[in-house]
Amino acid sequence: MKQDAIIRFERVTKQYDGVAVLDDVSFEIERGKFYTLLGPSGCGKTTILRLIAGFIEPSEGTIYFHEKPINHVPANKRQVNTVFQDYALFPHLDVFENVAFGLRIKKMKQADIEAKVKEALRFVNLEGYENRRIQEMSGGQRQRVAIARAIVNEPEVLLLDEPLSALDLKLRTEMQYELRELQRRLGITFIFVTHDQEEALAMSDQIFVLNKGKIQQSGTPKDIYDEPVNRFVADFIGESNILSGCMIEDFLVEFAGKRFECVDKGFRPHERVDVVIRPEDLEMTAPERGKLRVRVDSILFRGVHYEICAYDENGNEWLVHSTKKAEVGEEIGLYFEPEAIHVMHVGEADDESDEK
Amino acid sequence: MMKAMKSNVRNAYLIPYALWIILFVVAPILLILYYSFFDIEGKWTFENYEKFLTPIYLKMTLNSFWYAFLITLFSLLVAYPTAYLLTKTKHKQLWLLLIILPTWVNLLLKVYAFLGIFGTFGLANAILKTIGIGAKQILFTDFSFIFVSVYIFIPFMVLPIFNALEELNPSLIDAARDLGASAWTTFRRVVFPLTLSGVKAGCQAVFIPSLSLFMITRLIAGNRVITLGTAIEEHFLVTQDWGMGATIAVFLMLAMAVIVGMTGSRKRGK
Repeated sequence: MKQDAIIRFERVTKQYDGVAVLDDVSFEIERGKFYTLLGPSGCGKTTILRLIAGFIEPSEGTIYFHEKPINHVPANKRQVNTVFQDYALFPHLDVFENVAFGLRIKKMKQADIEAKVKEALRFVNLEGYENRRIQEMSGGQRQRVAIARAIVNEPEVLLLDEPLSALDLKLRTEMQYELRELQRRLGITFIFVTHDQEEALAMSDQIFVLNKGKIQQSGTPKDIYDEPVNRFVADFIGESNILSGCMIEDFLVEFAGKRFECVDKGFRPHERVDVVIRPEDLEMTAPERGKLRVRVDSILFRGVHYEICAYDENGNEWLVHSTKKAEVGEEIGLYFEPEAIHVMHVGEADDESDEK
Repeated sequence: MMKAMKSNVRNAYLIPYALWIILFVVAPILLILYYSFFDIEGKWTFENYEKFLTPIYLKMTLNSFWYAFLITLFSLLVAYPTAYLLTKTKHKQLWLLLIILPTWVNLLLKVYAFLGIFGTFGLANAILKTIGIGAKQILFTDFSFIFVSVYIFIPFMVLPIFNALEELNPSLIDAARDLGASAWTTFRRVVFPLTLSGVKAGCQAVFIPSLSLFMITRLIAGNRVITLGTAIEEHFLVTQDWGMGATIAVFLMLAMAVIVGMTGSRKRGK
């Protein structure tokens, strides 16, 4: 057990009407890091957040805060604050009173409240907006008020429930930088919930990928992108080509009807595996020089690159990201390094991978 | 051209409504105003107004306001928790319907029902007797008057409060709790202020009609409670002093206008 752990989930299950939305989940949250809970809607990520905030109690298992069980501690007695998806700003109060809400409950002195609210608003670049009504604020500004309202209470952990989902793309990217910067300056733990994998990769120290109430994988963004543990993670994080294959022996894998040299080992001989190759790791060559021969089916211009969809003679689909253009119907070769191949056990947590 | 035509057509649709308003709202008010300047012999006079400002009538007015206030207060005390519970139940529309249902029954019928329940040999006294308190005079008391009035007005209080609570964003409650507020503080600082519009609407819907209650005062309170409504009825039907009755009505309308103006919700952006 690491001493820096603030929050620990021990075999936590949450059921609604007998259906488990969170199924026997254990993990630790350390001080001062940026965590992201990533997964499709209904995967249980918001449930984890609400469990930490104290809005719901686990059906089974224990949640520890500084190694003290807090299962039955109500939300208002917890050292965490939340930034809600719809911001949940109080419409009958102005910006100042919204931010001061938590401080007033603590019965702080008026002078201290004023100083703290001012500082919090400066932190989120909203100086001079104290007397604005919430209705007069734009989406991005409301977002900042919601963050200021949370951080002014100096929580040890800040929970953010898809706070960027209501913003347009440009503002969202801006806020990603700001949130990351804010977390560094405050030095507190952020737990960020999102279904946007790009957001997760860009901002996090640590990502938990969730699906169907279980943590599929946890690790740094790079770990998760480069070494997905199963088909679900590989598919959810970024674009990928996923094929069923067979691990012949260490460093030799068979897929798409051919054998390839790879860098993975430690599988049982002839174990059935899933193989991932990222589209950007595939290089277009002349047909005779490639490791695979494919025929281009369609091509999309994505701005930074072309997205080429091609099929090999076995009917496998291949997605290629390339700055070079190809012609539809053209036969091309695909070349890749052994390092580009990532071999995964056929995931037990992921049911869909068994179907192929 | 087209625009003028269109607005003409639109104005044509207003005719039935305008006629209705003129015939049944504006004209009666003007008539009441007109009658209030005549004494019982049909002479033009300001005497009625002078009379109204004497202690007898002022006390009656005060009395009316006091009872209306009590009725509104007790309705609110019953209706707010009811509305709050309703929003938490599973089949809220059904429960709401059950609460509204009594308003479909004729007022007079409900009042007669209470005559039976509260009467000397009624259900209430039977219960009091069995639990050993003994029979009491329930009918023709302030208690029975306010009880029955509150019973009749409760749906009108529940409905607007229920709607206001339904509109309340539940994550605001989470947010307040998250910021350290206890359940009570959350209610006081978030839930109640944000449902105040519903409370105001409900108070209007109860207070104003209870100012002019007359049938319940007669049947349940046995004429012991004299409100402005009772006085108006008395003057028009018994003493035939239409001028005085109209004068009281004018003051009643003024009072209502003032209340509507005071409790009127200022427009708030969402």
